Amino acid sequence: MELRSNEPTGPIENRWDKHKEANKLVAPANRRKYTVIVVGSGLAGGAAAASLGEMGYNVKCFCYQDSPRRAHSIAAQGGINAAKNYQNDGDSIYRLFYDTVKGGDFRSRESNVYRLAELSVQIIDQAVAQGVPFAREYGGLLGNRSFGGAQVSRTFYARGQTGQQLLLGAYQALSRQIEAGTVEMFSRTEMLDVIIHDGRARGIVTRCMKSGKVSPHIADMVVLCTGGYGNVFYLSTNAKGCNCTAVWRAHRHGAAFANPCYTQIHPTCIPQAGTYQSKLTLMSESLRNDGRVWVPRRKEDVTKRPEDIPEAERYYYLEERYPAFGNLVPRDVASRNALYVTNDGLGVGPEVDGERRGVYLDFGDAIGRLGEQTIRERYGNLFDMYERITGDSPYKTPMRIYPATHYTMGGLWVDYNLQTTIPGLFAGGEANFSDHGANRLGASALMQGLADGYFVLPFTVGNYLGEVRTLPPLTEDHADVIGAVEAVEERVQKLMNAPDPKHAPEYFHRKLGRIIWTKCGMSRNKEGLEEALREIPKLRDQFWREVKITGSGEELNQTLERAGRVADFFELGELMCLDALKREESCGGHFREEYEENGEALRDDERFSYVAAWEWTGNPGEPRLNQEPLTFEYVKPTKRSYK
Amino acid sequence: MQRALTLQQTTIGKKVIMALSGLIIVGFTIGHFLGNLNLYLGPEAMDGYAEKLQSLPPLVWGTRLVLLFALGAHISSALSLWARNRQARGSRYQKRKDLATDYAARTMYWSGPILLLFIIYHLLHFTILPAHPGEVYRNVVEGFQDPLIASVYIVGNVALGFHIFHGIYSAFQTLGANHPRYNSYRRDAAIAISAAITIGNLSFPIAVLAGIVTL
Amino acid sequence: MSEELLNLTLHVWRQDGPNASGRFETYQAKEITTHMSFLEMLDVVNEELIENGKLPIAFDHDCREGICGTCGMVINGVAHGPQKLTTTCQLHMRQFNNGDEIWLEPWRASGFPVLKDLVVDRTALDRIIQAGGYISIRTGSAPEANEMPIAKAIADHAMDAAECIGCGACVAACPNASASLFTAAKISHLSLLPQGQAERQDRARQMVAQMDAEGFGGCTNHGECEEACPKGVSLRWIARMNRELVRSMVKADTPIESRKR
Repeated sequence: MELRSNEPTGPIENRWDKHKEANKLVAPANRRKYTVIVVGSGLAGGAAAASLGEMGYNVKCFCYQDSPRRAHSIAAQGGINAAKNYQNDGDSIYRLFYDTVKGGDFRSRESNVYRLAELSVQIIDQAVAQGVPFAREYGGLLGNRSFGGAQVSRTFYARGQTGQQLLLGAYQALSRQIEAGTVEMFSRTEMLDVIIHDGRARGIVTRCMKSGKVSPHIADMVVLCTGGYGNVFYLSTNAKGCNCTAVWRAHRHGAAFANPCYTQIHPTCIPQAGTYQSKLTLMSESLRNDGRVWVPRRKEDVTKRPEDIPEAERYYYLEERYPAFGNLVPRDVASRNALYVTNDGLGVGPEVDGERRGVYLDFGDAIGRLGEQTIRERYGNLFDMYERITGDSPYKTPMRIYPATHYTMGGLWVDYNLQTTIPGLFAGGEANFSDHGANRLGASALMQGLADGYFVLPFTVGNYLGEVRTLPPLTEDHADVIGAVEAVEERVQKLMNAPDPKHAPEYFHRKLGRIIWTKCGMSRNKEGLEEALREIPKLRDQFWREVKITGSGEELNQTLERAGRVADFFELGELMCLDALKREESCGGHFREEYEENGEALRDDERFSYVAAWEWTGNPGEPRLNQEPLTFEYVKPTKRSYK
Repeated sequence: MQRALTLQQTTIGKKVIMALSGLIIVGFTIGHFLGNLNLYLGPEAMDGYAEKLQSLPPLVWGTRLVLLFALGAHISSALSLWARNRQARGSRYQKRKDLATDYAARTMYWSGPILLLFIIYHLLHFTILPAHPGEVYRNVVEGFQDPLIASVYIVGNVALGFHIFHGIYSAFQTLGANHPRYNSYRRDAAIAISAAITIGNLSFPIAVLAGIVTL
Repeated sequence: MSEELLNLTLHVWRQDGPNASGRFETYQAKEITTHMSFLEMLDVVNEELIENGKLPIAFDHDCREGICGTCGMVINGVAHGPQKLTTTCQLHMRQFNNGDEIWLEPWRASGFPVLKDLVVDRTALDRIIQAGGYISIRTGSAPEANEMPIAKAIADHAMDAAECIGCGACVAACPNASASLFTAAKISHLSLLPQGQAERQDRARQMVAQMDAEGFGGCTNHGECEEACPKGVSLRWIARMNRELVRSMVKADTPIESRKR
């Protein structure tokens, strides 16, 4: 497989303009002759479908939710970065670019990141014009805050619901196009395969989640904006429905999958309360600004009430280990340390599967210093949410927190045009691997989704169509289409009729999640990963033998939907472990215990300054590794240190 | 379904019509009550007041026409919304708990028809088929001396009280008057107006029954 | 942080499909811990149903953190259940007592046909937004964001109205199954902002007309919607919608259907 990034060359600040100038165009009158399928209706998919529809293409947009407004982009709380420099604190496109490359631990493509920083400015303009009610100052201008340890205030926000408001902006733009007839929306419709014809992506096979009907949709090209694969861990902050099926089906047809082992763990989530737990809830990272993280010094104290543990018996481990940054160390450092102290038996909270996985986040000092009212103003909503879920009031007793999977940096490999290794198949947003490298900065996910959707895909889709001009006609009775539909139907039948049905899909998903979380989670090692690689195929075989689905495939069947997604997570989970095993270094969200120096991640730029793009070979255990070397002309790799 | 084209075709337009017509009727009810206070001043005052009104046909007939029109608009909008709202629910809930609805709001569809019947009875009783034409004071006192008739008036006026309480409160909202700073006054105003009219109106049959007002 | 085990009796509305007639079925939920969320309790019941070869209870849910608006059922006669300002997915079992009987019903409204069990079709709400719940701005043609200052109070108001998550609890709770609160929230959000002025009149007319065309009932100012709303969207937006509509109808100089897009 040849990986051609198609990056423009020359001065980095001119690359995107230069690229656009060289782009092939489709004349306005010709656009309606092309059908573009967009799968997913989140920030990337919704924005792309709306923009492409507005340009005049014939767009078909698909989502598994009952409405495009419900995509999980909606749950992003914190904000969106943009290099507007409204605060006059020295921010610039270059600085945002620099921070993002560095934040990604030098594992992203410079050209892509620069473009992202460049487009960030336009995103804010676009969102404001759509009526997104961003926070404002008394003078009526837009407010900003500093987020995730950034040294400038470049984050725009709408209360704690920035993702919601940006998504509703994109949803409203999409709704306008649906009304105008340029976009046909298919909600409660799940994509189950890609149709490949003549080496190009020419459509998808979907299952209507209301009727169970499997149908082909033929188009000139396909854009996947289907989000990340965090639910491979079973417990994550993702929505229950988030899945990897679309990208995995594409991967099985030849789209390379890049850097699957780069997953981001968020340190401040509400810990698991029992084995039945279905998801984890994220609490804004801003809590660490005023909260102090600790565990009891002695194992005997973990069951005591936190109020009963005297100051001297409390282990403020972040403050002790990282005096300079204290409780504000980066996400991955905070997360790993929570893992280590709980590994040492110092975790607090209820015992789940024989382990206590929780640490205290204590606002006692802050309340004493600033008063309860100030704390209420800053974190009232979050405290209420915490109390609703746990029944404890953080005003009275310390919060308990624990890290949880939050975002996946890996995804389908794409070139500068966001095209995968299958011609005509594009990927945007969290579904691709492109901009965050090995770790994503806070408030950058919304930025990337919208940059791809509003500003990159509309150009690169046109470029692709302008290049191919006319594609050979493809109809539903063609063997390639019939074959794809039949394969989907067969798979549904196979799931419905396991030879020895015993357990619901959840049962297997929980087990898979447990393996991946413990062995390919915050901290990884060779031994654990090899173990996981032995366990996953076994569990997968058991799944296909024993999965039990009641009802039929020809109706609304949520168990069947779940089973199909879990089946794909098995294969992706295995690839994740392989990638993590192969990458013998620590970088960003990928931490290998063998490659560290005084607890700090030890990157190996000599051997691993590349994108790992895995190619499907037919056997999930033996994918082929392709490497796209990464070069850094502007931001020279340096070492991180938070001591 | 086709999208509506005019204000009165929309559910909001119908409510606006109900609010405006309701306010006209409430306005009349206030005037009607104030005029009836003549009852306490004795037969001369009451009958004189009635005569004075009768001597101004444009006023009487003008008022009647406006009222008839308002009532017609009020009722036809109510019927149309009632039919629509029933259909909108579809199947009924097995369990249903009201969190905000007060008694007056819940019983609008009962107090309305009761009021209509009461108004018809009231018109027949005093205006169309009076026992002693021209002798308003006598008709009223004789009528209310019959406990059965008095109780009809009492029930009718209680229904009126509830109906206009929710009606006035609701009209503010329908006509767009909702501002957190002034909202408590909406409720207060609705209570004050409906209580004044109801208590005042109830005082007539009660005063007669109690023997305070006699022939 | 004390944990208790609950045994509950569930009466659940089961309906095979949009055209099937529904019925209540009774299930026992045993040894449910008070830390579980309401939907996790249903997950436990469902997993047992599947393992016993029965059909699990279908219900809608996705983010399970109270923001996507997917979940929703009427629990003991109250949309989203007994806890105020809380979606079904954020409701936890500590709100219930051992031995409780719980009645579960779908949102009931002609505008929300039942698809299966507790799952309803809310695409009517999407169509109301499609009728005009947006600001027409071409991608890439937006002016510089800070060119138009917006008073903080106005922006905050707009945000209050924009908090709606489109779950449909207002419709479910309304005695008339009216979608007024939902429609009003979007009309208000956009009419408050300077960006929304150009289409202000058309928007109010088109969205209200669509709301009616979907077969939702009218508002009778009971206030049930506001009480049920998990995001605390205020009734004042309905008053605002009424003002917007009357104003647009009075001022209208183009017939409603002739709008050019």
